[in-house]
Amino acid sequence: MSLEIRPTTTAPGPEPSTQRPPSSATPLPPPPTNRRPRWILIGLGATLLVAALAFMTVGAKGSWDFVLPFRGTKLLAMALVGVAVAVSTVMFQTVTDNRILTPSIMGFDALYLLLQTTLVFSIGSARMTAIPAPAKFLLESAVMVTFGVLLYRWLLSGRRRSVHVLVLAGIVLGVFFRSLSSFMTRLIDPNEFQVLQDAMFASFNSFDRSLVWLAALLLGGAVATAWALRRRLDVLLLGRERATMLGVDHQRTVGLVLVVVAVLVSVSTALVGPITFFGLLVANLAYRIAGSHRHAVVMPVAALLGVLALVAGQTVLEQVFEFDTALAVIIEFLGGIVFLALLMRGDKR
Amino acid sequence: MIDVLDAVKTYGEVRVVDGVRLALPSGGLTSIIGPNGAGKSTLLSLVARLVGLDGGRVLVDGLDVTTTKSDVLARRIAALRQENHLASRLTVRDLVTFGRYPHSKGRTTPEDLEHVARAIEFLDLGSLADRFLDEMSGGQRQRAFVAMVLCQDTDVLLLDEPLNNLDPRHAVAMMERLRAAADQLGKTVVVVVHDINVAAYYSDHIVAMSDGAVMFEGPPHAVICPEVLSDVYGLPVSVHTIEGRPHATYFR
Ligand SMILES: Nc1ncnc2c1ncn2[C@@H]1O[C@H](COP(=O)(O)OP(=O)(O)OP(=O)(O)O)[C@@H](O)[C@H]1O
Ligand SMILES: [Mg+2]
Repeated sequence: MSLEIRPTTTAPGPEPSTQRPPSSATPLPPPPTNRRPRWILIGLGATLLVAALAFMTVGAKGSWDFVLPFRGTKLLAMALVGVAVAVSTVMFQTVTDNRILTPSIMGFDALYLLLQTTLVFSIGSARMTAIPAPAKFLLESAVMVTFGVLLYRWLLSGRRRSVHVLVLAGIVLGVFFRSLSSFMTRLIDPNEFQVLQDAMFASFNSFDRSLVWLAALLLGGAVATAWALRRRLDVLLLGRERATMLGVDHQRTVGLVLVVVAVLVSVSTALVGPITFFGLLVANLAYRIAGSHRHAVVMPVAALLGVLALVAGQTVLEQVFEFDTALAVIIEFLGGIVFLALLMRGDKR
Repeated sequence: MIDVLDAVKTYGEVRVVDGVRLALPSGGLTSIIGPNGAGKSTLLSLVARLVGLDGGRVLVDGLDVTTTKSDVLARRIAALRQENHLASRLTVRDLVTFGRYPHSKGRTTPEDLEHVARAIEFLDLGSLADRFLDEMSGGQRQRAFVAMVLCQDTDVLLLDEPLNNLDPRHAVAMMERLRAAADQLGKTVVVVVHDINVAAYYSDHIVAMSDGAVMFEGPPHAVICPEVLSDVYGLPVSVHTIEGRPHATYFR
């Protein structure tokens, strides 16, 4: 077989580019400064301020001396949970190199439930409620941090796994933990089961108010660490090899990130209960609107979105619809839809 | 500059890099050639500390790559990988700016920005600087990744198939740039190329690998000869001299 190549009629293209060694003589155009992140942050901050004011004041009955501290604690709890969920999701997605997984989807909510069940099963609800709240809170957080770190390490260790395998692993683990809990539930007294029912959904009404400051301390430390890691997290976006190339100790950094993530998720879960899909919602929204890949922008934007969604949602539900506990359910519903949509689209970013 | 001392890498039972010994002097352009699966990328990854050694040692500028701190090495070695998959959505400028990380640790200075702008100019990406990488052609993306590597401003440059996806004009320009980096800036450049004639024309030194081992190495006129190439590739290769330079043909 022969191929005939006909000369084209047009003249040959430009000379094969002439050498231009780097010279600093030519004036370089300044890169355009990206102002969008700043405006997004200011806009979100202002909206959040309005929402928080509304939450504190709208429909207040009775003396301010009671209303302000009461609502203030609740506001603080929502702020803590919103920030923790948003920041942990963004960090987790950066180190796992995808935009579908959240730390809770990986079986964490079920793990929390299992922990609660095990407690009730082994020591009984009476003695469980007798444990001083801060002690129980710290114990729960510690157990979950330990399990969380082990779980994430195990899932992410060794060969790179595809996102779909990780999702599947998360589901399987979730089912496994849940079956264990329901097995134990069958063995316990129906009255004690009541205690567990409360543990299944996050609630901003029935959490223990005395724990808010302790949680704030722990979460504050974790968020400060996350902030300190922000530039290294940016580099992790390039994947393991390129991050190594740029001098970032990938294994150590990822290890540290996973500990921070586990603390954020565990403490916020121990405070108000498990939240599965919410992080997915705010993180993906944050990537869309932040206008920058930098964690110094994405993490605060996601955090502001998270708090805003909780505060605004809770205000509307409480004041307009006079619902009390439905916020978590609604948020999970929306987040679940986003999860499915992302999964269907095969969006692995 | 680069000393590979009996480097070994095994995957399972297979010794993918099998006791390679190499000493590449400072400055100059070395090409690694060889068939698919010969272990070229693995060898480059070993030198760039992207995969761990299972035996032997690698020294870059006298520093052992397994024991030297990663951020110290990042200011001495930069590497381009064979595949340029990226999970996140970045612009060319974002990507190239990452090349400054070893120097800036993320706090980009005006001087860093100057390096970035120069690297973008250098690879003919001026008009694409603020384009997202997933909205560019394969060759444009390849140039963006090379720009990032150059921006790291290291003495040693390891490039795995830098000519991937490039049209002839940009391929020639790329090789001339790498030559210039070696000649004018004194960089030690190592490239993996599949085009034997590109290797013959642009390199000071050619390393021919097969089955995880270095089969031959030497200056172009010593390696680019029918016996060596036929042996390395298991394919009849004839070599002609065109304008005083060896030129291999391997298809009819
Ligand atoms: N992560 C890995 N796990 C198992 N085997 C691997 C791995 N990476 C590479 N190999 C094997 O090692 C051998 C050498 O691979 P390498 O990528 O170094 O080849 P190469 O010379 O760069 O080839 P090419 O020209 O196709 O790029 C191949 O046989 C390959 O299958
Ligand atoms: Mg290769």
